[in-house]
Amino acid sequence: MSEIIAMILAGGQGTRLGVLTENVVKPAVPFGGKYRIIDFTLSNCVNSSIYTVGVLTQYRPRVLSTHLGIGRDWDMDRKNGGLFVLSPYAAAAEGEWYKGTAHAIAQNIDFIDQFSPRYVLILSGDHVYSMDYNEMLDFHISKNADATISCIRVPLSEAHRFGTVITDNISKVKEFEEKPKNPRSQLASMGVYIFNWKLLKPLLIEDSQSEKSTHDFGKDIMPKLVVGNSNFYAYEFEGYWRDVGTIESFWEANIDLTRSMPALNLYDPNWRFYTHSAEMPPAFFGNDAEVVNSLTSEGCIVHGRVESAVLFQGVTVKKGTILKNSVIMTNVLIGENCIIEDSIIGENSIIGDNSKIGIGDRIKNEKYPNIYSDGISVVGEGVTVDEDSTIGKNSSIGNFLNTKKMRIKTVPSGKNLRIDGVV
Amino acid sequence: MKVLGLILAGEKGQNLGKLTNKRASAAVPIAGKYRAIDFTLSNMVRAGIKKVGVLTQYNPRSLMDHLGSGREWDLDRKNGGLYILQPYVSEASQLWYRGTADAIHQNITVLRRGDEDYVLIGSGDHIYNIDFTPVFKYHLSTSADITILTKSSEGYDPAFYGTVKTDENERIIDFKEKEKENAGNKINLGVYFMNKKLMMDLLYSTVPNGKYDLVRDVIIPNIENLRIMSYKFSGYWRNVKKSLIEYKRTNMDMLDPEVLNELFSPQRKVYTKLKDLAPPKITSTGSVVNSIVADGCIVSGKVYNSVIFRNVNVKAGAIVDNSVVMEGSTIEEGSKIVNCILDKNVTIRTEHSYIGYEEPLVFEKWQVV
Repeated sequence: MSEIIAMILAGGQGTRLGVLTENVVKPAVPFGGKYRIIDFTLSNCVNSSIYTVGVLTQYRPRVLSTHLGIGRDWDMDRKNGGLFVLSPYAAAAEGEWYKGTAHAIAQNIDFIDQFSPRYVLILSGDHVYSMDYNEMLDFHISKNADATISCIRVPLSEAHRFGTVITDNISKVKEFEEKPKNPRSQLASMGVYIFNWKLLKPLLIEDSQSEKSTHDFGKDIMPKLVVGNSNFYAYEFEGYWRDVGTIESFWEANIDLTRSMPALNLYDPNWRFYTHSAEMPPAFFGNDAEVVNSLTSEGCIVHGRVESAVLFQGVTVKKGTILKNSVIMTNVLIGENCIIEDSIIGENSIIGDNSKIGIGDRIKNEKYPNIYSDGISVVGEGVTVDEDSTIGKNSSIGNFLNTKKMRIKTVPSGKNLRIDGVV
Repeated sequence: MKVLGLILAGEKGQNLGKLTNKRASAAVPIAGKYRAIDFTLSNMVRAGIKKVGVLTQYNPRSLMDHLGSGREWDLDRKNGGLYILQPYVSEASQLWYRGTADAIHQNITVLRRGDEDYVLIGSGDHIYNIDFTPVFKYHLSTSADITILTKSSEGYDPAFYGTVKTDENERIIDFKEKEKENAGNKINLGVYFMNKKLMMDLLYSTVPNGKYDLVRDVIIPNIENLRIMSYKFSGYWRNVKKSLIEYKRTNMDMLDPEVLNELFSPQRKVYTKLKDLAPPKITSTGSVVNSIVADGCIVSGKVYNSVIFRNVNVKAGAIVDNSVVMEGSTIEEGSKIVNCILDKNVTIRTEHSYIGYEEPLVFEKWQVV
């Protein structure tokens, strides 16, 4: 028996990350120079001494599953407990996809039961944060709660993007509103819950049988707790937490790391973040390298000028290139005399000499205004950008495209390159 | 072909002074994140060797800590894997290893019990990246009894190395171990490949007679009886324990992109103990030129022509030039080091300046200066 086990929801696509999540699920999106987003949640678990963790996958799990393996990089390859990847499965006559977050957990009731835990910690693999779950558990126990939701204070103007919680003076939840149009509270749900398993199990069974339900924790389970007047409390978390769900917030959270004393401390010896990374030699800085305010991971070879950038493992920046305010993912090769600004470049891409990326007028993206509209350009993974190309602002290039073969030298601001051409 | 790997890692490395006060030379940190033994160990593993014995003697703590269960080299196996072979006390004797041949002889059980046909003997002090498969093939195709790795002596001080002379077929006909005159224009790289049975026979006939050195007592006397072939290696190769200058030079070689490429090519990886530290950060006042910087570092000062290991903190206004700075060291504000070697966890205090002239200045582990 384990006192507490964690279930990480890691099946969501994250549609607002555009090409970044076309081929990988959001928790597997690279972050912070050598990590993937889920590493933060997993490391929080290990650092909180929670060693029994189920990861629920659904959307494009290949990269995520490869990354997780048997959990060895997080010391979760254990004889008792450990890391389990739980995919949707077929039972008896028909198989079912996970229809929602609550349904995903309900489908794995047997898995949870085999550990007969007292508490179940429900987490999301989509967030970048540093949190000791034990403090929340202590709160849960001290309140004699049946359920506890972790909240973070956000500006009222932002609250409409979250589930919000209204509490009384002893932190008991009085009302729960999922993405309200006119928010009345600054307390936003972080998607982190602790339940007494005894309470949650019947709720999940009931919910999965209801045809009206959308099977979502925020929309269906939490409101039910409020209505039923359960011992449902809100724990206010004070610390670093980001939902890097949009291109802008993803870019900003990365660039934040290059500034002095960022709120997310990757260098804290008492709260380390673990990951599965490639074995590469230390970063090499050539005679012409000018690097300021940047993270440069192992295996990087830098001969150009790099300013406020996050370079993942194995990135090469050749002579004469100027790189600014950008996130360059693993094994990207950037040729000579390029100018790259306000961009995100996906894994294994090759940028030809004399190219310009993120240079142009700041025009909203025509086709995907909700995704690329904050001045950031995104080049997908495995892309080859031909020499002397120009890619504007708020543009995107689809994964695995080769502009040389497509004979395209220019992608204007606000336009996207897809397999069938510029749109 | 089943091969047993043996790595000689028991020596202190007298010439490295303070660096080997508390560790064997095979455990000396090198190239920003590695220890010397990583190279030979990785070479062996990449060649498909699944059982490796590491012979230790001189203060093995840091070496053992580094090797662990061998997991980083995929040597945590149900069959085979990593064997730490250290001197031991038994009913019959209590002896230190009296030489390289004696060290292997004392562990003859490992040779006797295993099902390997061949044994590859290497040293934990050598920095090189080799594909051993052609060596194995060469050994078979030349019908060699023993194959020894050699290299042209060009660029090496022959006083430090054994030298060999070969005939036109690359058979070794003369071999001198660190003597005044050289046998020939090739140096011995200290890597031996031979049939395991032959190895055992040679040891049985020498060690009990008080002959303990693998080169002097086992190989050289047999030059005429055995077909000892030289396999010429032309890549990068250094022995870190020869001298402090050589140790520093080996580190500085990593600033040559060609060497860096050869040693750490993605096709022939070198594995080491992973620590999962965050990527190094260069802040607004920092700059790094012609240097390598490992994970976990925060650089706010200026770094030139240096090798910076993991978790090093170079504070604002500090200058690090032509130096080797090992893991966990801190260079405080406004201080300056030139031509220095800082062992692990050294602190250079604010506004202190240290400059090594002919020889690099060496600071011991945990020193605060």
